[in-house]
Amino acid sequence: MASDDELRIRDRLGKLGNLPLLRGVAVSGELKRLQKQLKRLEQEPAPAGDDIWLSVELARHQERPYTLDYVERLMDDWTELHGDRARADDPAIVAGIGRFHGRTVALIGHQKGRDVAERVHRNFGMAHPEGYRKAMRVMELADRFGFPVITLIDTPGAYPGLAAEQHGQGGMIARCQAQMARLRVPTAACVIGEGGSGGAVAFAIADRVYMQEHAIYSVISPEGCAQILWRDGAEARKAAAAMKPDARHCLELGVIDGIVDEPRGGAQLNWDEAAFSLGETLRRGLADVESLGPEERRAARRAKFRSMGVTA
Amino acid sequence: MAERIDVSIEHRGAPDQPAGKRHPNTCPACGSHYREDELRASAWVCRHCGHHFAMRARDRISWLADPGSFTEAALDVRSADPLNFFDLRAYTDRIAEAEMATGLGDAIVIGSAQVDARACELAVMDFSFIGGSMGSAVGEKFARACDAAAEKGVPLISIPSSGGARMQEGILSLMQMPKTVVAIEELHAAGSALITVITNPTTGGVVASLAMLGDITVAEPGSLMSFAGPRVVSNITKEKLPEDFGRAESNFRLGHLDAVLPRAELRPYLAKVLRLFHGQ
Repeated sequence: MASDDELRIRDRLGKLGNLPLLRGVAVSGELKRLQKQLKRLEQEPAPAGDDIWLSVELARHQERPYTLDYVERLMDDWTELHGDRARADDPAIVAGIGRFHGRTVALIGHQKGRDVAERVHRNFGMAHPEGYRKAMRVMELADRFGFPVITLIDTPGAYPGLAAEQHGQGGMIARCQAQMARLRVPTAACVIGEGGSGGAVAFAIADRVYMQEHAIYSVISPEGCAQILWRDGAEARKAAAAMKPDARHCLELGVIDGIVDEPRGGAQLNWDEAAFSLGETLRRGLADVESLGPEERRAARRAKFRSMGVTA
Repeated sequence: MAERIDVSIEHRGAPDQPAGKRHPNTCPACGSHYREDELRASAWVCRHCGHHFAMRARDRISWLADPGSFTEAALDVRSADPLNFFDLRAYTDRIAEAEMATGLGDAIVIGSAQVDARACELAVMDFSFIGGSMGSAVGEKFARACDAAAEKGVPLISIPSSGGARMQEGILSLMQMPKTVVAIEELHAAGSALITVITNPTTGGVVASLAMLGDITVAEPGSLMSFAGPRVVSNITKEKLPEDFGRAESNFRLGHLDAVLPRAELRPYLAKVLRLFHGQ
């Protein structure tokens, strides 16, 4: 297996070198990082069934830091913005502006709750279309003022409810992706827990996309996949092993740009340390693409997503 | 229910089917049964009750495009199995079976055509290929259709029909959402229009990407279009759903569609829109 993984990363390195849109500092930084990731892959075996399931459990751990826990540790002068200017304020998504390493940025993320009341209030991090509309409004603001955009992804999925559907859930997720593809400012995203399906990908069209070591990113929940393909939700472990939603596999498949280290045993054990690594990665990620012009940056972002997938 | 009519003399009723199964040529709404050539002649619309049967991608294209005008593209783009995915069966077996059963390379057919003598690109999905699910091959072909339309400066007519992302390609399926979205962004940047015709059913990741970004979006009568399907919504939320949940008529009422068009009106409508976007 290791040789397959190696080949994919080497292939990516090759493609990256040939991309005419990436030049100078940005590309050498990215190349170096990929080469480092490659070395790591050569040394460690790919995670299999049990390791993958451990990540599924850690990604959903109730003591894992959520978006606002990171905001508290990474941002100064945080100013949360509320409401979609049309209908409602969706508590499942937080959006705002603040200072990050001395400059104003916009930050948008899913927000889960910790106790029962807050979990219900935050709707378990499952957003309605109003939440995505709020996010789009803040992205637009950021683009107008030249603030880089950071997104933190942590959702089981977009909320599958009647009102959400009536208010255009699918269309809003599509437009949120389109909005991110249009931004002229530097953007960085990180999956900090569950990267569940369309609800997650709505925030993931960034110049740099990362996953924390024990985050998961998948097309459907392991339970949902098991229900459909095995006709038995209890086969979630098998489904997870088959879908490979762990950070390492996502990196090998070219879906993310890097993995953010977590404290030994998982982010839930040391929030400060987890926040420090996340902050460093996001800072570096934004710096990587800072030197490109807005058009060039946007074109490179689009080219990256345009090239994703494996066909025969 | 109105008394059903048997249009064909040869088939007084539906041939015997395994318990609970309906013959594909039997109308699910009124029970009328048709021969293949009868359905073809009526553009797969029930003459008795107006129900719109699903149309296969190639049938749709030969019905919509001017005769002989369609040139298929990207025939060589096929699904791979990057995850070595195995559930109760191997993904490669499912692909092989779908190819045999449908005669298609994957769940979408793309190419250039003329509709009412106007040049356009077509991207037509086929639900009978693994539920019209979107994996890397579907994403790549849709993106190429966008590229072609952008390059030639012609509109793209997209006709989705899909259960959503293809689980067997895992995260790479999910990435086909942004992939198709950025392709549409480039199409728009080049000044070409995207005209989308929603057909039954269109759900999941396809709704949350390529299906809902049309400059003009219309749907066939009765077609289901929702991000989460009705069963998922009622199972998870226990909400009681209105009878027309996610159907074209309710989506039109809620502001998600520009029109609900019976198949007979679709071709003239598209011809008109193509004229408007083409200028003169």
